[in-house]
Amino acid sequence: MIEPLEGSQAIARAVVAARPQVVAAYPITPQTHIVEHIAKLVADGKARCELVSVESEFSAASVVLGAAMVGSRAYTATASQGVLLMSEVLYNIAGLRVPVVMTVANRALSAPLSIWNDQQDSMAVRDAGWVQLYCSDNQEAVDTTIQAFRLAERLELPVMVCVDGFTLTHTLEAIDVPEQALVDGFLPPYRFRRALDPQHPLSFGTLVAPDYYAEMRALHHQALLSALDHIPELDAQWAQLTGRSTGGLLRVEGDPAASTGVLTLGSIFGTLADAREVHPECGGVRLIHLRTFRPFPAAALREACRGLERLVVLERAFSPGAGGIVTAEVRAALAEMAQPPRVHGFAVGLGGRDVPLDLLPRLLAALPDQPGPFSIFDLDRSKLPEAAS
Amino acid sequence: MIELRIHGRGGQGNVVAAYLLATAAIVEGWHAQAFPAFGAERRGAPVTAFVRLSREPFRRRNQILHPDFLIIQDPALRVPGVLDGLAAGGAVLVDGTRVPEAVEAVALPATRLAQEYLGRPVPNTALVAAFLALTRMLPLAALAHALERRFTGPVLDKNLRLIEAAAAQVEPGRWQERVHD
Repeated sequence: MIEPLEGSQAIARAVVAARPQVVAAYPITPQTHIVEHIAKLVADGKARCELVSVESEFSAASVVLGAAMVGSRAYTATASQGVLLMSEVLYNIAGLRVPVVMTVANRALSAPLSIWNDQQDSMAVRDAGWVQLYCSDNQEAVDTTIQAFRLAERLELPVMVCVDGFTLTHTLEAIDVPEQALVDGFLPPYRFRRALDPQHPLSFGTLVAPDYYAEMRALHHQALLSALDHIPELDAQWAQLTGRSTGGLLRVEGDPAASTGVLTLGSIFGTLADAREVHPECGGVRLIHLRTFRPFPAAALREACRGLERLVVLERAFSPGAGGIVTAEVRAALAEMAQPPRVHGFAVGLGGRDVPLDLLPRLLAALPDQPGPFSIFDLDRSKLPEAAS
Repeated sequence: MIELRIHGRGGQGNVVAAYLLATAAIVEGWHAQAFPAFGAERRGAPVTAFVRLSREPFRRRNQILHPDFLIIQDPALRVPGVLDGLAAGGAVLVDGTRVPEAVEAVALPATRLAQEYLGRPVPNTALVAAFLALTRMLPLAALAHALERRFTGPVLDKNLRLIEAAAAQVEPGRWQERVHD
């Protein structure tokens, strides 16, 4: 049923519809409303799960790891510093190959302290071995949350659902949280075949000597890559049930004959889509939403970029001292094309800076013929000390 | 598309006002979005919230810099910049009895009405009701529906009487021509 809901509230209801047995989380802005609402649903008797109050994000991640190891469907959510505090456990969850679903309400990292949205937090753990899915709106956040449990359990891999903090989590709009019966049909009860069981003891995460470590890592890499087939398949199943697609690996909108493309991750995709209508000079641009960042959908991206002469990557994080994170990966993937587009990389909207509708025409007008070094497009140079400007 | 900004102080139900208006619009088949000024909200501190309303679907998530309407919850609000960015032809609905000069403005003693009907000094619901009456954008029943999603029993009844009273205190349709979508 389509209802007016705050993004966090809708995500909480999607989580509860997935019937997790254990939820453990520590509140942090802008994730707090998600966990508060799950707690309310549990307190009101509308959700049956063990809600574990913990004293830190490290414990939250550890609790869901333990719960998943004994076969529970487990969920957590965090943001920003919480992601970093969890990071050691995140690598362990992935390396132990246990299915866990986590929402990251994307937020900038300290220092300097910022509670506002960018995607530096989830990008900081992109190598942790989790699937990473980015949501462009709240409906996608709901649909992706439910899909994430199925994907995690099928592949025995953890899945991170990345949702822009405030921009999505704190916005009320019309959202469909699917009926329980539909979710139950899509997401059957789960049995973890490697669950810890004193009757059948197994060891996990023990010391692995050099003669096996690389092989364990290779298997993990292979498992993540196999998600490239499962993500679109599950999304197609979901679309059959709900009539809605989340885009699978990525979503492409606009002119198939376009010469210019703009790629982004997350909620500025919708602003760019509206900008194309408001600014007719941008009407011919092809927009790409990179929904799946891990595993990296290189082949699908090459297909999506076919015919483009130039591609602008707008990212919400970067690697200081190097440049764009997404840009570098996109460039590497496209290098295998016979005629790859020129890739221009920019960061925008860092630490909550607004990405307005006129950013798209300004960006396209300012685009040099040949890509320059990575830069922050919406930087206000007048605020920099003279030597740095 | 109609864009609004709501000013008030933390604790007055600013975000609730924005959510109520967007909920009422969605109930009536409009496309709507409501969001707070992103940041840390503190009781008593000046806060803002925003609403976008349109007959057509929209996908943008940028900030609202040039609202068509302002709802100012706190008559004592002397925060500089309250009127900043108001779109040309925009209008202001303010709690209390005094209206700002040089712009089209309507005052409604919303805090007093809320005190009278609810026993609490929360002007948000009365102002949303008055806004709907001024613009005739949505029937008052849509706001009643939005309230039913939030309240039950005697609290709901008091709120329903409050919105009737608030709507009756402003000139109906005065801003009807200003609503464009």
